[in-house]
Amino acid sequence: MTGFSILDRAARLRDGLPEGFRDEVVESLYSDAARITETSVTERDHGTRPPLDRLLDRALTHRVWGFATMGLLFFAVFWFTISGAAGPSGLLSSVLVDHGHSRLHAVAAPLPLPDWVSGLLLDGVYLSTAWVVAVMLPPMAIFFPLFTLLEDFGYLPRVAFNLDRLFAKAGAHGKQSLSMMMGYGCNAAGVTATRIIDSRRERLIAIITNNFSVCNGRWPTLILMGTIFIGALAPPALAGVIAAASVVTVAFLGVLVTLLVSWALSKTVLRGHSSTYSLELPPYRPPKVWRTLYTSLIDRTLKVLRRAVVMAAPAGAVVWLISNVTVAEASIAAHLVGVLDPLGWVLGLNGIILLAYLVAIPANEIIIPTILMLTTTLGPNLFDAQQGVMLELGTAQTHTVLTQAGGWTLLTAVNLMLFSLLHNPCSTTVLTIWNETKSPKWTTVATLLPIALGFAVTALTATVARLAGWA
Amino acid sequence: MAADLPTPNANASPPPAASAACGTCVFNHAAQLRALGVDVSGHDHVVALAGNPNTGKSTVFNALTGLRQHVGNWPGKTVTGAEGGFGYRRRRYKLVDLPGTYSLLSDSQDEDVARDFLLFGQPDVTVVVVDATRLQRNLNLVLQILQITGRVVVALNLIDEAHRHGLSLDQRHLARELGVPVVPMAARSRRGLDALLEAIEQVALGTVATRARRVHHGDARTERAVRELAAQLLREYPGLANTRWIALRLLEGDPGIERAVTDGTLDRLSSPTPHAVSSETPGT
Repeated sequence: MTGFSILDRAARLRDGLPEGFRDEVVESLYSDAARITETSVTERDHGTRPPLDRLLDRALTHRVWGFATMGLLFFAVFWFTISGAAGPSGLLSSVLVDHGHSRLHAVAAPLPLPDWVSGLLLDGVYLSTAWVVAVMLPPMAIFFPLFTLLEDFGYLPRVAFNLDRLFAKAGAHGKQSLSMMMGYGCNAAGVTATRIIDSRRERLIAIITNNFSVCNGRWPTLILMGTIFIGALAPPALAGVIAAASVVTVAFLGVLVTLLVSWALSKTVLRGHSSTYSLELPPYRPPKVWRTLYTSLIDRTLKVLRRAVVMAAPAGAVVWLISNVTVAEASIAAHLVGVLDPLGWVLGLNGIILLAYLVAIPANEIIIPTILMLTTTLGPNLFDAQQGVMLELGTAQTHTVLTQAGGWTLLTAVNLMLFSLLHNPCSTTVLTIWNETKSPKWTTVATLLPIALGFAVTALTATVARLAGWA
Repeated sequence: MAADLPTPNANASPPPAASAACGTCVFNHAAQLRALGVDVSGHDHVVALAGNPNTGKSTVFNALTGLRQHVGNWPGKTVTGAEGGFGYRRRRYKLVDLPGTYSLLSDSQDEDVARDFLLFGQPDVTVVVVDATRLQRNLNLVLQILQITGRVVVALNLIDEAHRHGLSLDQRHLARELGVPVVPMAARSRRGLDALLEAIEQVALGTVATRARRVHHGDARTERAVRELAAQLLREYPGLANTRWIALRLLEGDPGIERAVTDGTLDRLSSPTPHAVSSETPGT
């Protein structure tokens, strides 16, 4: 075994070496680097950072103003998204859902197809896909470019810098703020990003809490609920602002929960020292606007949309099937909703929402279409809907359907927003957690902890609201 | 020594055929770049892209391959290696984008990916992307990489920002000190890409001699131990390229390298086929 003789020799030689030889090795590297730098770089003037950079950094990482700007910037991004997406969404909905669906039925009618085939394909697969495109494409096409511009400019490390102190206090690693940022795009990507954290303890904390970053799939739910239930409470002129504020509040709650859970974990099962590290603030760079618009539209928006569509098609088929296959005089969906309803009531939600979250385990993108589809078919038949058919719905009609057919109240909407923040990760994320940790224990914890929190929080708000007579 | 100074320039290779058309002009190197996207089939050379976090590795990667790896202005964005291909002149290259690291000495997962690829993947050329505004810290990594491989091109990126910050850099001096080609560039606006391609080709084909700077370790006993262990490594694994560095890591008790000794990875590296392990390196 040549290998072991090498290791033996190394061990013997190591014993003969001076105590701090490791540090010396690093030192000789560093002193070489310092000397070469000294002789190759000349500074024309003192103060290497341009004054504008320094001024911006002082403002954006200020103890008070840093957080104020952060809130304001994210609020502005959501406000643009919400107010800009409403028109295009309505248009897409009328083209794809309204006209497209009836046109397809007209084409399919003369063909010798059994009813269940056209039902499954047109009312199930096509409608859910069209719905997802109409609901998701416009907000994503506005949100991603704006977010990418901020990122390109160099703003995200400043956010990480601001949050760093808080993470350190929570006993977590400062780099967790970076993996958290990634989570706002996609939790699976955020979990992978935790590889930048060296210590296993701190990495596990980052993995478990990544789900509290609201991902792409969940923004549409928040934006829709914020728009039709919460924004609608305000006078029309302020509706967009209030809706955006409600979405930002939920995202902010996510950060708060991340910090609290990190703190709780680091005080109990994942105890240990927090590592120090230095976070480098890169220079501000003027964003390449056109390139950013192009790449964020092509790469991020279409990628997310494709995933949503790929997930929505089979989910549409599943929803159509469980709404149309009848067992003991009621559809499977009706049975399931009946079973889930009591739990739903306790949580201030309902059986349909919980069933939708079961169907949507592969992808949260399809929550809203599934809820609407089930509500129109299982609720009182106000809209003359066929079983498992989603109606063409603008935001106004969506509100009508949910309140009248679904019996929704403001409490349902608020708790859906909270539940959207606090529930199990999607199956892709769970799989990624497994791949990164290879631990059944921590994968289970990361899956079940958020949903346990979700149950606790929504049950609490429901009870409080009911006792206070608000719902 | 300064005579074969490895600073790339257009005159290094004789013009194949003089032509007035700009697209085929020998001075227009970037025109001969063929972005091959994810197609890495039948490549002639493997090029690794290393560097500190947030120095623009992904920007260089995208500029060469025509891919659109997401580029973000923050450190730690790339944690897995991405692969792409490009063609330049008559050759095809496989480009591997490694995670950004500050050093190769710790044992975190992203640093392991980078180090293992440089050591066990044995790329033909390693392009170290360097932030010109933070030269000293970046050179720490460059020097460490030079201990592993001499087939290095230093891409002195963000040179425009360095100028904006009032810094001027003597890249000829830098190239002389490091012993490898140094190419100043601004990858975001594709400046310096042609010189980079030229330097990559020269190092890949061996038309330019690199003399990587070796760091000598102050204490005589350390130096002697390194030399002794390196000699034994070379006896037992003939043809192993970076015995000095491996010896040093073994003296420090680096668990990753000790694993490579016991599980036979070093054995495979000493065999005559240079890319035997490149397909199973992590990060894909």
